[in-house]
Amino acid sequence: MDSRISEVAGQAPPRSRTPLASTVNDALKIVIVGGFGVGKTTMVRAVSEIRPLSTEETMTGAGIGIDDTGGVREKSTTTVAFDFGRISLNEQKVLYLFGAPGQQRFWFLWDRLFAGTLGAVVLVDTRRVADSWYAIDRLEHHGMPFVVARNNFDEPEHTLPQLREALSLSDDVPLVDCDARHRASSKSVLIALVNHLYALSTAQETSP
Amino acid sequence: MIREAIDGENPDRLYTVTGGRSRADENAFDLVTLIVSESDPTPGMQSEHAAILRMCRSPVAVVEVAAELKLPVSVVKILLCDLLDTGRIAARHPSASVGRTPLPHPEILKQVLVGLKNL
Ligand SMILES: Nc1nc2c(ncn2[C@@H]2O[C@H](COP(=O)(O)OP(=O)(O)O)[C@@H](O)[C@H]2O)c(=O)[nH]1
Ligand SMILES: [Mg+2]
Repeated sequence: MDSRISEVAGQAPPRSRTPLASTVNDALKIVIVGGFGVGKTTMVRAVSEIRPLSTEETMTGAGIGIDDTGGVREKSTTTVAFDFGRISLNEQKVLYLFGAPGQQRFWFLWDRLFAGTLGAVVLVDTRRVADSWYAIDRLEHHGMPFVVARNNFDEPEHTLPQLREALSLSDDVPLVDCDARHRASSKSVLIALVNHLYALSTAQETSP
Repeated sequence: MIREAIDGENPDRLYTVTGGRSRADENAFDLVTLIVSESDPTPGMQSEHAAILRMCRSPVAVVEVAAELKLPVSVVKILLCDLLDTGRIAARHPSASVGRTPLPHPEILKQVLVGLKNL
């Protein structure tokens, strides 16, 4: 499957340990969020200069939420698995892309994991639109800028304005189509996000 | 592997590794803090510490170290704290996580755009 995707993306599978330049001193983050199977890993793979890697974060503590099972009040442990890739931007900066699950329990960890994230891409599978409601809601709650990308597995049945309606998405959030398997398409989603951030940031600069 | 590494450690440290972490520890490194070795591994060094020093001869983000060692990020952060405390690594923290400003400066975003377009 790996090789098939890589072929679609038009490139040989990158080595996992491609070293960063020694001058790189600042890493930025973008998070791709969405339901299971929506294409998060596929998108990371399409644009990353390394083969996507996965890891997990385990967090223990009262702040994460208490498991009430059996009435025993124990420290609860929450594990979130995510994958990531990276893009070297220039001699100083590197961008890390995280594919993160959109389920409810994951959002407890958002602040601690993704503080300092530039913004998010919400990937939507139109066959399961409801999967993305929660993620959109949480991102708005966290004040995290985002764009929504429809990953088209088949010929889309609805127009983007219809999808916007179904998602109750406000007009100022960009909504785009993509094919997560293709580098150019995934790249344009990231560019849409950064353009959006740029517009927000310049508006902020001029009206303090 | 972790078991082996922490056997014989004092109970406080074991408690730390198994979950009694303070917030301060977790905040010492971001997921994308870049780690750079400041020295070579020495004989008898804990194997994970040695692996980190070899891996980070060029900058490597904390998540990459974790993925490479196949250890949870929280455990890797503890190992990194040891190395940082003894001056064996340097940490290059991301500029964006300082103070959690709502949006990055347009100048930084321009650099990101240029980088992405070159992809
Ligand atoms: N036809 C089609 N298949 C896709 C597309 N994006 C992802 N897939 C496939 O859908 C499956 C799930 O994708 P994956 O990236 O693993 O989803 P994740 O759970 O969000 O990380 C994989 O088998 C992909 O090959 C797409 O745009 N079109
Ligand atoms: Mg995945």
